[in-house]
Amino acid sequence: MTRHAPATARDIAVVAFAQTDHRRTSDDLSEVEMLMPVLHEVLDLTGLRTADIGFTCSGSSDYLAGRAFSFTLALDGVGAWPPISESHVEMDGAWALYEAWTKLLTGDADTALVYAYGKSSPGPLRDVLTRQLDPYYVAPLWPDSVALAALQAQALIDAGDTDESALAAIAARSRSDATANPHAQLRGPVPQGAPLVRPLRTGDCPPIGDGAAAVILAAGERARELCARPAWIRGVDHRIEAHSLGVRDLTDSPSARLAAERAGAFERPVDTAELHAPFTSQEVVLRKALRLDDAVRVNPSGGALAANPVMAAGLVRIGEAAARIHRGDSDRALAHATSGPCLQQNLVAVLEGDPR
Amino acid sequence: MPEVLKAPLVVEFPFTRSLGPVQSAFLTGLRERVVLGVKTRDGRTLVPPVEYDPVTAEEIRDLVEVAPTGTVTTWAWNHEPRRDQPLDTPFAWVLVRLDGADTALLHALDAPGPDSVHTGMRVRVRWAQERAGAITDIACFEPYDGEPAEPAGHSGEFDDAVTGIVAAARLDYTYSPGRAQSAYINALSDRRTVGERCPSCRKVYVPPRGACPTCGVATSEQVEVGPGGTVTTFCVVNIKAKNLDIEVPYVYAHIALDGAGLALHGRIGGIPYDQVRMGLRVEPVWTEGARYPDHYRPTGEPDADYDTYKELP
Ligand SMILES: [Zn+2]
Repeated sequence: MTRHAPATARDIAVVAFAQTDHRRTSDDLSEVEMLMPVLHEVLDLTGLRTADIGFTCSGSSDYLAGRAFSFTLALDGVGAWPPISESHVEMDGAWALYEAWTKLLTGDADTALVYAYGKSSPGPLRDVLTRQLDPYYVAPLWPDSVALAALQAQALIDAGDTDESALAAIAARSRSDATANPHAQLRGPVPQGAPLVRPLRTGDCPPIGDGAAAVILAAGERARELCARPAWIRGVDHRIEAHSLGVRDLTDSPSARLAAERAGAFERPVDTAELHAPFTSQEVVLRKALRLDDAVRVNPSGGALAANPVMAAGLVRIGEAAARIHRGDSDRALAHATSGPCLQQNLVAVLEGDPR
Repeated sequence: MPEVLKAPLVVEFPFTRSLGPVQSAFLTGLRERVVLGVKTRDGRTLVPPVEYDPVTAEEIRDLVEVAPTGTVTTWAWNHEPRRDQPLDTPFAWVLVRLDGADTALLHALDAPGPDSVHTGMRVRVRWAQERAGAITDIACFEPYDGEPAEPAGHSGEFDDAVTGIVAAARLDYTYSPGRAQSAYINALSDRRTVGERCPSCRKVYVPPRGACPTCGVATSEQVEVGPGGTVTTFCVVNIKAKNLDIEVPYVYAHIALDGAGLALHGRIGGIPYDQVRMGLRVEPVWTEGARYPDHYRPTGEPDADYDTYKELP
């Protein structure tokens, strides 16, 4: 299964990216009210109208805000009537992008709109995320998302892969880089704070907030018409670890490494990596698994430590990586998205700009 | 901006889940204070046991008892336990590799403080007083400085094995309906029905959801509709709903309020159920303190002409 585009396949690119300002709460807006400005912005960037889009795919989870079928209400913002070609994944929008990419590869469509949104503010996010765990042996214990990440962080510390000060440095670098990102929720100096679940301090954890993101994909010449410097998708792959935490080596991510290999990430060095590492300790795991050395610019956007709208944060990584290529700040970038506890599922996309 | 409306929203979902043979043996074992693992073909013992080998996906059924004692492989100190977690006093989350197992089990460790916990420390199971065949039959782990316990070699066969679990869950949310619906709800408290007009196709949505699904643009121009309306279609309800004090049969109808671009629904009263018809003109009936009309009743006007409402869904 992958995900290297076959040699005969058409080239597909990210041609536009937009995101909301990510905020602690958006209780003045419904999901569609939060999402719609982003949809309009990303369409405006290309001059496309809804009717011009060949395929629409979204990612979200009803559990976040406790609203059944919220994704159908969100679809109102697209202009989905008369019926459009559309799909939804109960996953981060990065996986929706993967579906849209394969749809364009088949030739069924030339353009795709991919969007994702999440409102974490209405519910107890740490507890909500326990509902994705093994329902027989794990979910009845309600181990929250920070606790599970803390188990992984302690394993890394025990293995000598990191320590509390190295983790604090990742937090500081991320929030410092985020000062250049007007959409970020946490920017500039943020205290490491008290332990939340030891060894993780509040500074090691992502902010909880609401937000949305959208990208447009286009194939071949269509991409060149819509974008001065398209971010060509050279490969996408996603892999998953075993379900049970106790059978995994939490200090490594073989699934991320395999996804990167299948996406072609190791064929040539990348200059930029946007990693979906909601916890500082997870950046340590991903740098190792993805073989990123100090020459690679990691998370210039500030990453998920600066804004982590659940269900959209992975798509934001792909969008941020693409936007750097659009601007000429990067020639070859890796974008990563994760889902599940302790980096359980990992998606890697490799993006390139045309030679300059 | 008017105050944001908010209300508590509790979502509860007690899933009833059936168990595979390995899960059934493991959870039944916990009820009997026996910890079972499952052997893979390459000789590893997985605890907690699973139905399929996580590496080869092969079906595995070879159960083996392991000790209720083991070693912490990683831990995290939880100084503020959350509602449904195993202990209500500060504790450590731990992954424990039980003696005889090759993989680790997630649970809680009851310990006096973070300084008393370390990777590699020895622990043993503390059994729950009442056990039903669930992972919570292990109350938690506790520090242990003795020798590894000797498993008795249980076969994994039980009388009266558990075949399912009921996994209760409750999540507490704070619901906020957003801008358009808040305006709608606020107007209702004045006994007015206010929709929103699409700036592009001019359709008036009632209740408004903030966007026109045809045009994909925000609706914002507020338009008061009604109070009168027309029944566009209806059904006769013959089954009494739980917790609803309404005599059956009664009529539930789609009602296009005057000026609205689509129908909302409501109960029709004040007329025998078998005399309700499409085109019937109705108006809302409010009860004291209600936040929405109790039902709609005939106005006595002549029926509306079909052409005036045939395009209204
Ligand atoms: Zn419209």
